[in-house]
Amino acid sequence: MQSLNRALPPRRDPAPSRWAYKMQRLWLTPAFRIFMRLGLPVLVVALALAIFMASQARRDSLWGLMTSAKEQVTERPMFMVNLVAIDGASPELADAVRAKLALRLPQSALELDLDAVRVAAENLDAVARAVVRLGVGNVLQITISERQPAWVWRTESGLILLDDTGHRIAGLAERADRADLPLIAGQGANLATPEAIALLQAARPFEDRIRGLVRISTRRWDLVLDRAQSILLPADNPVAALEALIALDDAENILARDLTAVDLRNPKRPVLRLAPPALDALRAVHGITVPTESKS
Amino acid sequence: MTDLYQSQRAMRNLRKAALQRGMIAILDVGTSKIACLILRFDGLEDTSDGDGVGSMAGQSNFRVIGAATTRSRGVRFGEISAMNETERAIRTAVQAAQKMANVRVDHVIACFSGGEPRSYGLAGEIELHDALVHENDVSRVLAACNAPDIGEGREVIHAQPVNFALDHRSGLADPRDQSGNRLACDMHLLTVDAAVVQNLLYCIKRCDLDLAGIASSAYASGIAALVEDERELGAACIDMGGGSTGLSIFMKKHMIFSDSVRLGGDHVTSDIAQCLHVPFAVAERIKTKHGGVHATGMDDREMIEIGGDSGDWEKDRRQVSRTELIGIIRPRVEEILEQAAERLDAAGFSHLPSQQIVLTGGASQIPGLDGLASRILGQRVRMGRPLRVQGLPQAATGPSFASTVGLCLFAAHPQDEWWDFEIPAERYPARSIKRALKWFKDNW
Repeated sequence: MQSLNRALPPRRDPAPSRWAYKMQRLWLTPAFRIFMRLGLPVLVVALALAIFMASQARRDSLWGLMTSAKEQVTERPMFMVNLVAIDGASPELADAVRAKLALRLPQSALELDLDAVRVAAENLDAVARAVVRLGVGNVLQITISERQPAWVWRTESGLILLDDTGHRIAGLAERADRADLPLIAGQGANLATPEAIALLQAARPFEDRIRGLVRISTRRWDLVLDRAQSILLPADNPVAALEALIALDDAENILARDLTAVDLRNPKRPVLRLAPPALDALRAVHGITVPTESKS
Repeated sequence: MTDLYQSQRAMRNLRKAALQRGMIAILDVGTSKIACLILRFDGLEDTSDGDGVGSMAGQSNFRVIGAATTRSRGVRFGEISAMNETERAIRTAVQAAQKMANVRVDHVIACFSGGEPRSYGLAGEIELHDALVHENDVSRVLAACNAPDIGEGREVIHAQPVNFALDHRSGLADPRDQSGNRLACDMHLLTVDAAVVQNLLYCIKRCDLDLAGIASSAYASGIAALVEDERELGAACIDMGGGSTGLSIFMKKHMIFSDSVRLGGDHVTSDIAQCLHVPFAVAERIKTKHGGVHATGMDDREMIEIGGDSGDWEKDRRQVSRTELIGIIRPRVEEILEQAAERLDAAGFSHLPSQQIVLTGGASQIPGLDGLASRILGQRVRMGRPLRVQGLPQAATGPSFASTVGLCLFAAHPQDEWWDFEIPAERYPARSIKRALKWFKDNW
């Protein structure tokens, strides 16, 4: 008789196969785990991306898709700027600013670089400061503070209007157009305007006689008066020298006399230069005869 | 011998590398089971509190993070007899332990019980060049030991210096930097069959593992089962395994003798299988469930169903009383213990000051063994269980894991062996660059 209990199937071998064992050890290697968890996904994604981007047509279509999507947002009417308002400027300056900015309107507010607009406006000579903002109803509001003319500068190429810091504002056709402003001349005169202001302040007692200031060798000032008189001021401390002269003038009324120049360059030894008739008269008083050939 | 010396040095370097990585596996290749533990070393232990025993008896610096046991296959008498089967069993154990620890281990320390270990006591003596013992003097005195004829096809697996003597002072643990004129040392040499070691090496290599150390399981179970004072005062450990029974005698914390009896628990099982005509697996189950060595009147009435699936009603309904079972088991256990006692007597164990004997190993779990053993081996017999180490699962704390746990301690606190010292310059070939370098190193 055969066994009633069915023979059990042979038991499964619990030992791992050689490959299973090797694979388990490989999976337990930290470097391999890190590679499989991070390196491999990154590699696969990068590979897929590279294969997709390899074709020029696909790249272009992708680019077109991106730009059209961007345009759809930026070109919406609520973002469009249609108007530029310029405040605080004379009509001519406003036109000049408009021409300078050369904005293509209407333009999307998202693409508008307000900082660049401000810098462009401030690059104009006549503009001291510009405030640019997007106002209500998408109006580009540009508030401009103009430079105030303070000086007329005579140069070899013509007359130039300067503000009180010596910055150029505009050219000037005729001196008579701005007769109210003081005149300066000479190379580098625009760079020394603070000193010129101080000198004019000091020279207020004979204000009506002043014709202008001349910068000599970008170093010192000459104060030019009417009747072709000039006061040569020193490079150092010209205001004190001028005040000393004013004191002298108050006492002895020097400037009313027939002088061509008062030389104050050396403060210890002011020199007066007389006009030729006055010189002759002085010599006659002192009984000095000068040979005619030495006079020339 | 130089060849093995080099390979042992290489193993020592591998072990250092593994300890630096902080991960090492322990593999106990036994006849009845293969156990694999994975140890994680958390850093060097603080040894600032003198030379005494640290916290947890020095076991606090490692932790068992993976443990697996599998039924051994292809191993007989602690020796590999079917390489493929053993390789599969090792793979099973290592894979399960790795899965539990969730780390990969590359270095493994293995122990085995077979190979007919033989002990030799060696003595060497040298004159010191100057009156101070240097590092190279220690290696010189170890090299000066008279090498015994260990026989053809045998290899040294342990060569431990157990004692140093300086002039008339003996019992020095570390003679370095002491002054004296004559340095003598005693060395314990343990040799095993070279083919057994080669087989184990090859088997582990086929599992993609590097062998970082090798130990005799008798030595390992002695480390685990003997307590500190037993090892100091002298004791013998009898590790009753499945296929062989290992003996090791410890004195002054060093193993001074080791031997093995090629009998074990598997022989008890095969006796039962032969007498009762049952399969091996059934015999094993009956042995572990009903086994014993002392029969009482109660046991006459306790009938054990043997079972069977022959289809014959008479055969399948056989019963045997527990007394009969004990009558089968007892002679074999007595034989094992008598053989062990014979080996101990041959080693001169009776001359030792302490006659403590510790029984451990899987076969020592038979109820009533302590009474039988004390009748054969002497009065001072106790059952030993391995030390507790951190993280060891409850299932692996029994006496059958004594050598596994001992191997953990061996990995954490290796004993200095002969090959840990540098080769003395005289041993190098006469015209080698190494010799010149060595001379430079020693003299400047």
